[in-house]
Amino acid sequence: MLTKKLDIIDADRCVGCLSCVFACARRYGEGGYDRSAIAVRSVAGVEKGFVVIVCRACTDPPCAKVCPTNALVAKKGGGVFLNPNKCIGCGFCRNACPIGAVMWDEAANKPIICVQCGYCVDFCPHDVIGIVERQTEGV
Amino acid sequence: MHPNDPLYRVLYIDLTKKIYWIEDRRELFENYLGGAGVAINLLKEECPRGADPLRPENPIVFAVGPFTGLYPIASKTVAMFKSPLTGNLGESHAGGRSAIAIRMAGYGAIVIKGASKHPVYVAVHGDKVFFRDARALWGIKSSITVARIIREKEPGAGQRAIMRIGRAGENLVKYACVVTETYRHFGRLGLGAVFGSKKLKAFVVSGKRSLPVLDKRRYREIYKELFDTMVKSPLMKKYHDLGTAANVIPLNKIGALPTKNLKESKFENADKISGEYLAEKYLGRRLACAHCPVACIHLAALREPYETEPYFYKTTFISYDYELIYSLGSMLGIRNAEDMLKVLDEVEVLGLDGISSGVVLAWATEAYEKGIINENDTLGLRFKWGDYETYIKALRYIVEQPNEFYKALANGVDYAASKYGGEKFALAFGKNEMPGYHTGYLGYFGFLVGSRHSHLDMGGYSIDQKALGKEYNLDELVVKALREEEWRQILSSLVVCFFARGIYKPEIVAKALEPLGWNLTPEDLGKIGAKIHRLKYEFKFREGFDLDSLRLPHRIFETPTPHGYLDEYKFKEMIEKFKLLIQKQI
Repeated sequence: MLTKKLDIIDADRCVGCLSCVFACARRYGEGGYDRSAIAVRSVAGVEKGFVVIVCRACTDPPCAKVCPTNALVAKKGGGVFLNPNKCIGCGFCRNACPIGAVMWDEAANKPIICVQCGYCVDFCPHDVIGIVERQTEGV
Repeated sequence: MHPNDPLYRVLYIDLTKKIYWIEDRRELFENYLGGAGVAINLLKEECPRGADPLRPENPIVFAVGPFTGLYPIASKTVAMFKSPLTGNLGESHAGGRSAIAIRMAGYGAIVIKGASKHPVYVAVHGDKVFFRDARALWGIKSSITVARIIREKEPGAGQRAIMRIGRAGENLVKYACVVTETYRHFGRLGLGAVFGSKKLKAFVVSGKRSLPVLDKRRYREIYKELFDTMVKSPLMKKYHDLGTAANVIPLNKIGALPTKNLKESKFENADKISGEYLAEKYLGRRLACAHCPVACIHLAALREPYETEPYFYKTTFISYDYELIYSLGSMLGIRNAEDMLKVLDEVEVLGLDGISSGVVLAWATEAYEKGIINENDTLGLRFKWGDYETYIKALRYIVEQPNEFYKALANGVDYAASKYGGEKFALAFGKNEMPGYHTGYLGYFGFLVGSRHSHLDMGGYSIDQKALGKEYNLDELVVKALREEEWRQILSSLVVCFFARGIYKPEIVAKALEPLGWNLTPEDLGKIGAKIHRLKYEFKFREGFDLDSLRLPHRIFETPTPHGYLDEYKFKEMIEKFKLLIQKQI
């Protein structure tokens, strides 16, 4: 099947403005970035450039594999769906993601999961992130 | 403001007692928004009359504003303190991640009081404040290394600001700066020396939180409008493409680029240190302050071979801006970009203010030319226009202060000239070394009476340029300049970067405040701006600022501006006019 997912187009173009990070938090209609699903930090000082961490929408997602309560479920075409009512906040998913893309909502003690909506892409002025189409087998 | 917005929280840190506490100062923010407006109030509360800027009684205030973390380009932190350079109001703004970090840590302002006996650095992580031993960091050669060490030790990567001083601050050079995120600075008026006097090597802030808004839908809409305007604006494009360095060629063309201590106002080598040339040959990376889509920060990549080993290079990233190209380029007659970049890098390593450093060295060069000082004073250095190696050595001497002459230079150009002579070509206004605009009356008028003696107070240099070929009514323009400074108090209370001043107009600001829970009209904002300006001037008068004894360096009358030769008498008239306006205000 053909699905759309968020992807890094070129991290070397990132200027560290954090516009994407703030955009993600605005989905909740709030400022700041406590509940943002994207993170941007410098590699080792800003002169070396930036690391942009977004969910890769894995087709066989390790975060869902380790969820003991089935709160995280793999979606058809990639990525995961979170049912917060089932989530007990154990943090296994966060540890399982090798790229650190499972962020954490400290107040709720639950993971923050990227829903691949692409709202952040509209606010990246330098074409670092984008929505790409990909062919997947499905799950 | 939204009742749950943590903006009202002010963090107080006492370095003497190593304690901290948080106070609810809602009334201050409701009346003065944040940034400069809140900071001047906190400064007045905390700084006793006649305080010695380098004694523990001088407080440091940092403040951010209601837009920080909510709207783009509200990315400046306002620092207020008593300036060791001028002995009066010290106000300096910096971007980087500083403002977002303070806001995300949960504060609208931070007050640092007292002084530590031994070197410390302070780390604020949300509600917790840690006093860390910095004895092993004191005296480290480069301000950049200090940040590298702290980066490894402290949490909060991607969400923190690391403000620190170099050896210039440790050694109390009166125009030492505070560096944040390596390429942004609380540059002017000597905050670095105040840090040094408190034995405060660095100040780290980090945090992560949500900020509530009242009308979520409106908030998102207004954000999108603002963002789209910013990204499409031609002015913003200019700052993104070439950065402020884009100004070198146009200013040189009209004869407003101070050159060789302003003996000239056009530089024959301007092309070789211009924004265009630097972008083409050296630009290695562009950066943004946190929450600013423009990314005006330009880093040159300078590749230098090691002399001792073939095919062994080091590549240094050096940030450049118009002001530094003026002060450490044309002002010193430096003829090519590579030489200039090396001087810029040294200033960064030592933690000096780039503008003041260049003006001080330019004065020293002319004083040496004229025989006012000699090699006994300079410890053998022969100052010569364009000789960057001598300038680098001199900068190190200014920081080390091995003799009376370099001690004098470390006190600023006004002090050095009062000791050695050469006042006529000592280019300071209100004791602050001049910025790079020989544009006409309004530019200099702004340096003289602007509340922090900065070109950005009134933007007089821009008024001068816009008036070229048009009516130049000084009487009217004085009023215009004052109104501009009053409005800029609002921008710097919202901590909006002045580069976005064309976007954040009064109506837009009022509209953007609404969904956050503020109810202010453009007229209300105008009144608050005037009130903040008045408070700043009251502080200046309290600390001895006197409009009747302002020193105008004679040099500015000797070199033609785009408006021709300036007439000293006209400045007297402008100041008289200004006095009437200020008296009405106070």
